[in-house]
Amino acid sequence: MSLASLPLQIPPAEELYIQLRTAFFAVWESYDALVGIHTGGAWLAERLHTDIGGSLPLGRLDVSFYRDDLARRGLARHAVRPSDLPFAVEGARILLIDDVLYTGRTVRAALNELFDYGRPKMVRLAVLVDRGGRELPIAADLCPWRADPPLPPPYRLELTRRQDATFTWELSS
Amino acid sequence: MTRLQLTPDGRLKHLLTLEGLPETLLHRIFELADSFLEVSTRSVKKVPLLRGKSVFNLFFENSTRTRTTFEIAAARLSADVINLNIATSSTAKGESLLDTVDNLAAMMADMFVIRHAAAGAPVRIAQHLAERGQTHISVLNAGDGRHAHPTQGLLDMYTIRHYKREFTHLSVAIVGDVLHSRVARSEISALSALGVPDIRVAGPKTLLPKELSALGVTVTHDLDEALDGVDVIMMLRLQNERMHGSFISSVAEYHECWGLTPERLKRAKPNAIVMHPGPMNRGVEIASSVADGPQSVILPQVTFGIAVRMAVFALLADVAPGAAA
Repeated sequence: MSLASLPLQIPPAEELYIQLRTAFFAVWESYDALVGIHTGGAWLAERLHTDIGGSLPLGRLDVSFYRDDLARRGLARHAVRPSDLPFAVEGARILLIDDVLYTGRTVRAALNELFDYGRPKMVRLAVLVDRGGRELPIAADLCPWRADPPLPPPYRLELTRRQDATFTWELSS
Repeated sequence: MTRLQLTPDGRLKHLLTLEGLPETLLHRIFELADSFLEVSTRSVKKVPLLRGKSVFNLFFENSTRTRTTFEIAAARLSADVINLNIATSSTAKGESLLDTVDNLAAMMADMFVIRHAAAGAPVRIAQHLAERGQTHISVLNAGDGRHAHPTQGLLDMYTIRHYKREFTHLSVAIVGDVLHSRVARSEISALSALGVPDIRVAGPKTLLPKELSALGVTVTHDLDEALDGVDVIMMLRLQNERMHGSFISSVAEYHECWGLTPERLKRAKPNAIVMHPGPMNRGVEIASSVADGPQSVILPQVTFGIAVRMAVFALLADVAPGAAA
């Protein structure tokens, strides 16, 4: 399937990041910590963290061990990174960050992992793109762009980070 | 055996020996272990990766310590762990090894962790399962006779990687009762696969197998020579049952010639690490002051052992039927 035949145009990742950051600037003070999901979400969280001058603690989750589809998809092919939450999850208001919201299974896994560290007071979700195709009752609170109609399943949409730390999309099928 | 323990696409199906395991697979295990090490530091030391899987610990030879580490590793992955105390079970009533295996397979086991006094028992069980079409069951060798103890070898390599980072410039000495050690063989295979250029094996003539030099290691009967300038010292346990046989003349003499003392340790590099697979015979192969000293990494080895076994379980579960490539 060629990209030209796509029924929709995905806005540039940098543009979406700027929009997400603007929305984030308005609300960040009501959070106690940022948590990015490895890998795309972790990059986003890192950059948001830098852009507010490091004012909130920054954590990272690799949900590979919490996926519900090990038997179907196998263990993650990427190098699994240790999760790192350098703050008390108990009672914290957490902004969970991922690049793309799709089925919701990654977020489900991330929530389960978070709760193994403690009981957060609140968790909200920020993503760059909601591509449609959710299979669980999970929605993004901050989301600069929702695909309508949804991006069809054969496409894989992933954030990549350039040498100069800016973002771009990698779309494959 | 390599063929038996890897799938056609190169993934781990059984862990029977470290011989022939590709270096990439070893590094994959180490990377996963890094993550599992982090899991073990949480207040909730558990991830749901193996939820619903049944792990059977089949210890035909008693080893509470090794069994416990496998049990903890499986539990931290949320697997159900069933320990079979073989001494009091059907084998004592005359049931054959393979009948026992068939019965447990019928109970829908997913993994067998096997410790057996006979070399080759885990391989035989893996072959039998294949013949019976029980291809979803993985076999993990937890020590078979004098043959192999692959998870101990892996955790030792992981320990070296943790403290020394790279393998390709290291000098490593393996000291003691190599003849009766299943650990030593696994270690030599793994050290070679990881590119360690200088592997020295030292011990009394009666406790070093003759075929050693064929493995590409330097054999010496002089401890000082073995320790000279090394980065890593791996002490082996002098098996209790050998102490009174004809292999050595006396425990005191063994300690005198082969025990790692603070004076001897000075021959190694100042930042050399001292390892021991446990349980230690203090005052025999290792002096207490060395075992408890700043260069000893014997207790970290135990901690790493859990993470490494979790990594192996995770990789074995990963080749469940239907797993996408």
